[in-house]
Amino acid sequence: MLSVTHLRKTYGSGGQAVEAIRDLTLTVGKGEFVCIVGPSGAGKTTLLKCLCGLLAPSDGTVTLDGEPVTGPPKAMASVFQDYSRSLMPWFSVERNVGLPLRNKHRSAADRAKRIEGALAAVGLESFGSRYPWELSGGMQQRVAIARGLAYEPEILLLDEPFASVDAQTRADLEDLILRVREATGVTMLLVTHDIDEAVYLADRVVVMSARPSVVVETVAVDLPRPRDQVATKSLARFAELRAHVLRLIRNTADQPAPAAPAAVTGAAHED
Amino acid sequence: MKRISLRLALPALLLLLWWTTSARSTSPFYPPLSEVLVSFRETWLFARFGSDVVPSLVRLLAGLLIASVVGVALGVALGRSAPLARAMNPAVQFCRSVPGTALIPVSVVLLGIGDGAKIGVIAFVCAFPVLLNTVDAVRGIDPQLEDVARSYRLTRAQRLSSVLLPAAAPQIFAGVRTALGMAFIMMVVTELYAATDGVGFVTVSARNSFDVPGMWAGTVLLGLLGVSLTALFLALQRRVLRWHIGMTERN
Repeated sequence: MLSVTHLRKTYGSGGQAVEAIRDLTLTVGKGEFVCIVGPSGAGKTTLLKCLCGLLAPSDGTVTLDGEPVTGPPKAMASVFQDYSRSLMPWFSVERNVGLPLRNKHRSAADRAKRIEGALAAVGLESFGSRYPWELSGGMQQRVAIARGLAYEPEILLLDEPFASVDAQTRADLEDLILRVREATGVTMLLVTHDIDEAVYLADRVVVMSARPSVVVETVAVDLPRPRDQVATKSLARFAELRAHVLRLIRNTADQPAPAAPAAVTGAAHED
Repeated sequence: MKRISLRLALPALLLLLWWTTSARSTSPFYPPLSEVLVSFRETWLFARFGSDVVPSLVRLLAGLLIASVVGVALGVALGRSAPLARAMNPAVQFCRSVPGTALIPVSVVLLGIGDGAKIGVIAFVCAFPVLLNTVDAVRGIDPQLEDVARSYRLTRAQRLSSVLLPAAAPQIFAGVRTALGMAFIMMVVTELYAATDGVGFVTVSARNSFDVPGMWAGTVLLGLLGVSLTALFLALQRRVLRWHIGMTERN
């Protein structure tokens, strides 16, 4: 279980300090799919970096299965937003997926098995010897997902993973993630600014305010599974949840968070 | 076929020009090309190949190798650490500004006229283009790649070998290519000043003994060596940077 308690993150110091995150508390249970959604400029990426141990919070704690997160934990894997900058262009797809495994599995056969399994899970079993830049954007992001899966994490963090692909690919990747989660039971924490995506994927949607971020509301998504791009999105309940989350975000984006007027200007910039 | 003939057209024309203008030359300093070629065959194919060409090339490659290793190692360190870069910058700029040829007298006094002094001078001069390109490349590495490396808990050695060096490789190769040209110049220059063997030594000795065709032959050989070394280097670069070439062509 991932647990975040009163997380605060401020960049810089003195008069130039920017308060990205004011106070966030949330938990992600084992096997759960949680989406964090917030307006553009909410400290979403900052939050994920704090969660995966790349950034130290200014205050508050992050724990994974009771252990405080002070650096990247072994049981966590990340999929980054910009696939073209997160894969190593000098390595083949296989080597990209296998690179993080060297410290986990000594035997090359073990690694090969996991690479193969992860590539099969994202439908790229025949592309192992290609270079990432020979593939389309959606396929590259699947490689990044395969890299995360091969790492066999308990929790997969995804930072706007589908923001840089076209709409059709996006829908395909959303369904891919749902299938993977169904097959592996891995806990998912996905950050997005896309409300439809958040509601479609999640068990719970955590709505963040604009900077300095706080949790506005956590919305339980009681849509039936398995989800389907057409059927699920046609449900009246989907529309209700979507409207509810949209209203929450609209309200928080319009109103500066209390007692921090200086930070509103910062909200104009995506981090 | 058409491309090859296009490439060979101008060199063939220049050779023809050289041949015809020199054929009936009476100037002792501009001997007929036929004589130069005879001298070339007698000297370099392969009488003095082992005794002079090989030592020259060994010194050049040794110097270049040392320069590349030192330049990359120091470049990675300076590229990663801003305080270290600030502390070292004045010294680097000073050493870089000293003309390589001016180092030869110093090196002879300090290290003698053996291979060590020559390799030392070549390495010293060639280290700077590699160093500066490496620093630049390391500073320019995408922070997202470093986030990936850290979040997947790659060790320092893995980050160096799998992320840092490959990412910097295209610029490092550009630096080494510049260094190769400088190494070639320094190879010849070190052999002109105080030497007992080498292509440069043989060439300048020929001039000193009024063997003008021999001097021309040595110069021709140097040109051929330069072209061959560059071609070999480019072949190596195409192999190592295949991913980069492929990626650049695609975009």
